[in-house]
Amino acid sequence: MKTGNMMSLVMLACFLAPSVRAMDGMAGQSQMGQMETHDMSGMDMSGMDMSDMSDMDDMDMPEMSHPAARNVRPAPQQVRQKTPRIVHKAVDAPAPRVDIGHHMHGMDMGRWFHGVLDEFEGRYQTGGRSSLRWDGEAWYGGDYNRLWLKSEGTMTKGRVRDGDQELLYSRAISTYFNLQGGVRLDLDSGPARAWGAVGVEGLALYQFEVQATGYFSDRGVAGRFEGSYDILLTNRLILQPQVELNLYSRADPRRQVGSGLADIDTGLRLRYEVWRKMAPYVAVTYDSPLTQGRHMARKRGERASEARFTFGIRSWF
Amino acid sequence: MALPGTGRATSPTPSALPPLEMELHVTRRKVHVAGRRGEGYCVNGQMPGPVLRWQEGREVCIHVHNHMDEPTSLHWHGIRLPSDQDGVPGLSFAGIPAGGKFTYSFPVLQSGTYWYHSHMGHQESAGLYGALIIDPAGESPLPTADRDHTILLSDWSDVSAEQIVANLKMQDDYYNFRQRSMASLPEESRRAGGLLPALKSRLQWSRMRMSATDISDVSGVIYTYLMNGESPAQGWSGLFRPGERVCLRVINAAAMTLFDVRIPGLEMQVVEADGNPVVPVPVDEFRIAPGETYVVMVTPQEARPYTIFAQSEDRTGHARGTLTPRLGLLGDVPPMDPRPVRGMVDMGMAMPMMAGMKNMAGMAMPPVLQRTPADEIDDPGPPPLNVENQNIAAHPVERVGSPGDGLEGTGRRVLAYSDLVALRPPPDQRPPSREIILHLTGNMERYIWGFNGRKYSESGPIHLARGERVRFTVINDTMMEHPLHLHGLWSELENGADDQHRPLKHTVISQPGSRMSVLVTADAPGVWAYHCHLMYHMQTGMFREVVIS
Repeated sequence: MKTGNMMSLVMLACFLAPSVRAMDGMAGQSQMGQMETHDMSGMDMSGMDMSDMSDMDDMDMPEMSHPAARNVRPAPQQVRQKTPRIVHKAVDAPAPRVDIGHHMHGMDMGRWFHGVLDEFEGRYQTGGRSSLRWDGEAWYGGDYNRLWLKSEGTMTKGRVRDGDQELLYSRAISTYFNLQGGVRLDLDSGPARAWGAVGVEGLALYQFEVQATGYFSDRGVAGRFEGSYDILLTNRLILQPQVELNLYSRADPRRQVGSGLADIDTGLRLRYEVWRKMAPYVAVTYDSPLTQGRHMARKRGERASEARFTFGIRSWF
Repeated sequence: MALPGTGRATSPTPSALPPLEMELHVTRRKVHVAGRRGEGYCVNGQMPGPVLRWQEGREVCIHVHNHMDEPTSLHWHGIRLPSDQDGVPGLSFAGIPAGGKFTYSFPVLQSGTYWYHSHMGHQESAGLYGALIIDPAGESPLPTADRDHTILLSDWSDVSAEQIVANLKMQDDYYNFRQRSMASLPEESRRAGGLLPALKSRLQWSRMRMSATDISDVSGVIYTYLMNGESPAQGWSGLFRPGERVCLRVINAAAMTLFDVRIPGLEMQVVEADGNPVVPVPVDEFRIAPGETYVVMVTPQEARPYTIFAQSEDRTGHARGTLTPRLGLLGDVPPMDPRPVRGMVDMGMAMPMMAGMKNMAGMAMPPVLQRTPADEIDDPGPPPLNVENQNIAAHPVERVGSPGDGLEGTGRRVLAYSDLVALRPPPDQRPPSREIILHLTGNMERYIWGFNGRKYSESGPIHLARGERVRFTVINDTMMEHPLHLHGLWSELENGADDQHRPLKHTVISQPGSRMSVLVTADAPGVWAYHCHLMYHMQTGMFREVVIS
């Protein structure tokens, strides 16, 4: 017992004088007894099974007025030994599927609309080949069902490539992951392509943000993996390594896409969260076609890859 | 508005008096708090609303006028009344429509310190609350005091509640700027006793995809903590004369903040908890969760100002007031305590420490807490790990003896639930016939909360038979405190006291990773709300209906 309690017992001697009298007056008339004397419209006490209260007869009523006079902890032998019956009625079984129209009921069924522009950046390169890159997503919906819109692309010298827009239905399937399905449209300065898309998105072990999506069309299949991780230098200064990989089963020379592991886009961004929704950053980014795509780029006489100094703003609403 | 004074009734019985009539007008207007403008709700032009004073045994008849273009409601927190007067829109009544009026009318059958607040939408988190004090019909069970002050604590932000919830749905740590970082690693290593243990702890938390620094979902980053509506710069002031016994009625009306309250230099006697008198407990500090009320007695001897310091649990801010011999004096504000850090106990993963501890059941229930077994236990089993739940407390422990995270080892005497000893025996001393086990669950990442892995909209009511005596055993699988409020019924806290000394409460904190139980007599028919009183936990699913028929 805490010393506080011991002291309280002593204090009680002085404090209790009036209340002990009050309680004597109540002896035998518990609070419940008092309540019965009032007409409580709608609160019916008669249903209470008083027969179970026979235990109260055994109580030492005078002692009740002096709680401090003895230990308030129950003696070990007071606890009856019996084996309870275990049931699994699930007292709060799932609600019926019908909407019962309760005002409160819908309060946890809100829908939200958010968008995040993870990358909105200028990638500096000599020779006028600097480019503007964006990568973001927006969603609307509730806890389980959401509609996602993803968009990314890179604009260099007025030409957009790697332009990828996706419209996905997203369904929460586990604690940290969502299953997503929909369409992907490659819309940019190159020829347009349409794909079906199925993927997962979520938070992996050790708090890695990951997205893995498979695409299919009459041009074969493709895949994309994206991952990022936030390293908190301080609570506002955050270093984020990020990577995106694309795979294609078949080459698409008109879109300058090779087969196999087609390209990588990666960056190391250092952002400062001025406030949560607005964080300017500096970064080193690197993007490059890989394997067959690399050969295709070389044939065209392009510099295949370069690490570039980048600055941008991460924002969301 | 008829507000009776503090004097005792002179007529023979209060019930013979005509009903106490009150007119309350609810409005919404721009308010200025700590230099920032926001939209606030007022009762009779005030935010917080006026202190209502009722009388035990006398009927009240409260006419609430809604002057707004939105529906509203008033809920009488902790009051035993017919369920259609409880003021929960959709459960107990239809709400008070825009421009409409509703008359609450019921007999007052209890005394003590309570409060009232809106149960409609986000109105409570924007200021629609006030204190409610009920004078006893007979002699007061509390020690006589020379002065009586009401201290209503709350949190205020100019960011709308809708916006706060939306932000938390997008990023659960939106308001937490006290996370572990590279910069805090040296300090952590020092505390953990080396770099390796510090890193190991980080890996553990990171593997679980949870955060040890998750104390309050909404912090002092946007909150100004108020005492009787006053921001801490100046704070509220209450007068005393040296040597007087001062009664402080402390109410936590905050949306999301647990406060740790102390008055440096003064010992406090806790004499009432949630409206019910308790054997006085001398303490230096106590934690009060949203919904709870405590009455403490202090006897300041020196003619100097005493600071009432109420720091938020996450230590990102404080509410402040002053007990002063004359107006205009301000006391020193103590430094904030170190902020708590969640540990494995909070995750419900306290490993058996003591050798020779053979069975797990024995560990979960230390000998001090003996419970009369019920005839039947309704056990849903461990909650599922699903979209709505991210953790299972494998080894929940009794924590009624702990004052709470951040309050152990402060060197101060801090109130624990096990210190509460009821002054009056509870009205019903039958053993429970049924035990209902409930798990508190949540997914911080998606910001969904609930019971047994389900939010409110996906769950049916808890049915109790009228007159039934049940035990609610609450296992907290989350790593946060949840102050659970059961409307219309007393929760008799099984805190180690015997049958006749268990305290009656209306709001009970379930500590993270803990197992806690209350006894409930289902004596009031109707539909009652049972929910976490952290507003945004309630609104994102930690809410149940209890139906008594």
